[in-house]
Amino acid sequence: MRDARNKPLASGRPATIAAFKDAALVGLATLGLGFPILAYRTEQNISNQLIIEPRWALAFSFAGLAFALRLAWLMTSAGRSSIPTWSMPVLSKRAGDTISRAGLGILLAYPFLALWITGPGGAIKWIDNFGIQILIYVMLGWGLNIVVGLAGLLDLGYVAFYAVGAYTTALLSTHFGLSFWLCLPLAGMFAALWGVLLGFPVLRLRGDYLAIVTLAFGEIIRLVLINWVDVTGGYAGISSIPRPTFFGIPFNATETGFAATFGLEFTPLHRLFFLFYLILALALLTNWVTIRLRRLPIGRAWEALREDEIAAKALGIDTVITKLTAFAIGAMFGGFAGAFIAARQAFISPEMFVFMESAVILAIVVLGGMGSQIGVAIAAIVMVGGTELLRELDWLKAIFGKDFDPTQYRMLLFGLAMVAIMIWKPRGLISNREPTIALGAKKSISSSLVREGHG
Amino acid sequence: MEQRGGTILAVEHLTMRFGGLLAVQDLSFSVERGQITALIGPNGAGKTTVFNCITGFYRPTQGRIALTNGTPLSRPLLDRLTGSSLRHLREGTNEVFLLERMAGHEITAKAHVARTFQNIRLFSGMTCLENLLVAQHNALTRASGYSVLGLIGAPSWRAAEARSIERASAWLERIGLIGRADDPAGDLPYGDQRRLEIARAMLTDPVLLCLDEPAAGLNPRESAALSALLRTIRDADGVSILLIEHDMSVVMEISDHIVVLEYGLKISDGSPESVRDDPKVIAAYLGVDDAEVAGAEAELDATVAGRST
Ligand SMILES: Nc1ncnc2c1ncn2[C@@H]1O[C@H](COP(=O)(O)OP(=O)(O)OP(=O)(O)O)[C@@H](O)[C@H]1O
Ligand SMILES: [Mg+2]
Repeated sequence: MRDARNKPLASGRPATIAAFKDAALVGLATLGLGFPILAYRTEQNISNQLIIEPRWALAFSFAGLAFALRLAWLMTSAGRSSIPTWSMPVLSKRAGDTISRAGLGILLAYPFLALWITGPGGAIKWIDNFGIQILIYVMLGWGLNIVVGLAGLLDLGYVAFYAVGAYTTALLSTHFGLSFWLCLPLAGMFAALWGVLLGFPVLRLRGDYLAIVTLAFGEIIRLVLINWVDVTGGYAGISSIPRPTFFGIPFNATETGFAATFGLEFTPLHRLFFLFYLILALALLTNWVTIRLRRLPIGRAWEALREDEIAAKALGIDTVITKLTAFAIGAMFGGFAGAFIAARQAFISPEMFVFMESAVILAIVVLGGMGSQIGVAIAAIVMVGGTELLRELDWLKAIFGKDFDPTQYRMLLFGLAMVAIMIWKPRGLISNREPTIALGAKKSISSSLVREGHG
Repeated sequence: MEQRGGTILAVEHLTMRFGGLLAVQDLSFSVERGQITALIGPNGAGKTTVFNCITGFYRPTQGRIALTNGTPLSRPLLDRLTGSSLRHLREGTNEVFLLERMAGHEITAKAHVARTFQNIRLFSGMTCLENLLVAQHNALTRASGYSVLGLIGAPSWRAAEARSIERASAWLERIGLIGRADDPAGDLPYGDQRRLEIARAMLTDPVLLCLDEPAAGLNPRESAALSALLRTIRDADGVSILLIEHDMSVVMEISDHIVVLEYGLKISDGSPESVRDDPKVIAAYLGVDDAEVAGAEAELDATVAGRST
C-alpha cells in the first residue's frame, strides 16, 4: 500500500517530466486566456481616436510567471500527488489526410494571401523570408529523411550534397552559360554521384562511426570549396549566377521581360512568386517520389534495413546496393535544393554550407519524427519559421535594453524546442509509422515497435 | 526412406575457428533432397555456427559447402568448379554453387537457400504483410523495372504487386495469421512470430530451408502444428529442410535423417532410430553414461568432504 502510493515520488525522472509538462500547459493556458486582456489595451491618442496598444511583453511575462509558479508548486511534495496525466491526442488517418489537403491548399494560395494581407511591401518579406526559406528546409528535410528516417543511416554531412548542387549550378551557368533548367537535373545527378562516392567507404560503418565519417565528408567538401580558389573562388564564392527565367523569359523590366510579355506592370514580386512556386514544386516532387518509393520494393528494403540488416540480408537483399541508393536519392534531392538556392541568391559561398546547416536539417528530421513526411514539414515550419519570427520580436528590446538582438537567440530556441520535444515525444512529433500497404484498413504502428536503425 | 533426387547440400570437412576456439571441426554431412535433416547437439555444440557458414554469415576457416539445383549433385562438375575461381557453374540442367565463396544475400537470391534465426528476426515495426512482401524483394525489384516502372505505376508492375500480395495472403492463410495481416509483426505472440518467420523465408522461393530452433518457446500444441507445417513444406512445396532443434519430440517425429554434433565434432549420423540408440549420443546428452556418473559423484563427494575437514 505505502509503496504503491510512494511510487511517483520514488521514480524521480518521470515525475519531474510530468511536472514540467503540466507547468508548460498551465503557462500556455495563461497566455491563451490572458491575451485578450493583457496583450492589447485600448487607449485614446491625441486626436481622441481609439487605438490598440500591444502589450505582448506583459502577456508573455504572465505566462512565464504562471509556468514558474506552477512548476515550483509541483516540485514541492505537497503538489506532486496532484499532477494529472495528459495524453496526446492521436490523429486518425482521415484527419491526417484532411490536414495534408488543407495544408496544400494554403501553400498554393500562400503568396496571394501574403500579398492580400500585407500589401506589396510586406509580401516580399513574407514570401521570401518565410515561404521560400521554410520550403527549402522542408525539401532538405524530406531529402535527408530518406537516408535517416527510412534507411536508418545517420548522416551528419548532408549539407555537402546541397553544396555540390549549388556549386554545380553556379559553375555550369557562369562558365558554360547553361540555363537553370539544364543545371537543375545536372546538379541532382552530380550530387547523387557524390552520394554514391560517400556511400562506398562508409558502407561497413555503423552508428557513431558512420555519423563521424559523414560529418568529416561534409567538412572535406567545404574545405575543398574554400581552398580550390581557381575554380570555386574560395571564401569569395561565386557571384552573378544567372537568375532562373520563366522558361526562357527573364524577370526584368525590359521589353522581352516577363511583365511586358504578359502585359503586367513590372514588380520584383513576379520573380518571388515564381521562386516560391518553383521550390514548392521541387519540395512536392521530393515528397511524391518518397511516398511512391516507400511502396516499392526499394523503399521496403530501406525500411527492412533499418529494422534488421541481418534479416534483410538473409532474405536476399543486397544491402550494399540498398544503402547506396538511399544515399544517392537523398543526395539528389539535396542537389536539387542546392541548384535552387544558387539561382535564388545569385551568389554562393562556402559559408552557406557549414556543419550547422547539416545539424539544423538533421534536427528537423529528428524533431519531426523520423520517417514521417508531415512531421518533418511541421518541424521545418516551426524551426525555420520560429527563427525568422525572432526578427519580429522587437518589443523584447523594451525589456532587455536597446542592444538586445533576438536573432542571437536562434540557437537557444532550437535547443529549447529540442528539449521540449524530447520530453513530450522522444521519437519526434509524429512518431507512428504508417504501413505502406494493407489488406484491410491501415493502422499506424506505434513507435515503440519501430526501430531507428543502427546508425 | 526413398531418396528423391539424391544430395542437395554437401558439407565437406567444414572447420570454423574463432581465435583459439574450434567451434566446428572437420564436419562432413549431406542433406538429401525432399527430406528433413535435423542437426542436433548440446548447447554450444556449434550448430548455429554451421548454419552461419552455410548461409554466408561466416566465412569458414576450411571446407567446402556445395549446393546443387535441380538434379543430383554431379561430382565431376563440382570438382571443376572447385578448381576454378568461380562461385557457381552450370552444365545443362546441372548447376552447382559453392556457398563458402558467396556473399550472404547471394546465397538466398541465387542459390535459393533461406533461413530463420534462433532469436527471431522479424521486421517488428512493419506489418505481417509487409514482412512477407520484403521477402519477395528480388522478384519484385525486377518486376518494378528497378523502380522505374513502379514510379510511373505501369500496369505490369501493378499486376506483379497484386500477385505478390496474393502469395503473401495465401501464406498468411496457411499459418493462420490472415486476420493479423495489418498488425505489426512485433505485436504477435511468440509462436505466431516463429511461423511468420518461416513463411517469410519460404517466400524467397528456397530449395533448401534452414530453420534454427523453430520450436523453441512453443507449447506442445504449437509444436505439433509446427511439425505438421514442416511436413507440408517438405511434401507439398518440395523444399528440403535442414533443422536445428532441441525439442526431441519434434526432431524424432519429423526427421528423415539426423546429424549429431558435440563440441564441434560429428558424433553420430543416421536415421532417427539409429541415432536414438547410439551410446555416444546418449552420453553426449546425459553428460556421461550412468555408471560413470555414479563414479564421478562419489569422487566429487570425497573431494568436498576432504576440503571441509
Ligand atoms: N562469432 C563468434 N565469435 C566467437 N565465438 C563464437 C562465435 N559464434 C559462436 N561462437 C562460439 O562457438 C561455439 C558454438 O556456438 P553455436 O552458437 O554454434 O552453438 P549452438 O550449437 O548453436 O548452441 P545453442 O544450442 O545454444 O544454440 C560456442 O562456444 C560459441 O561461444
Ligand atoms: Mg544455436
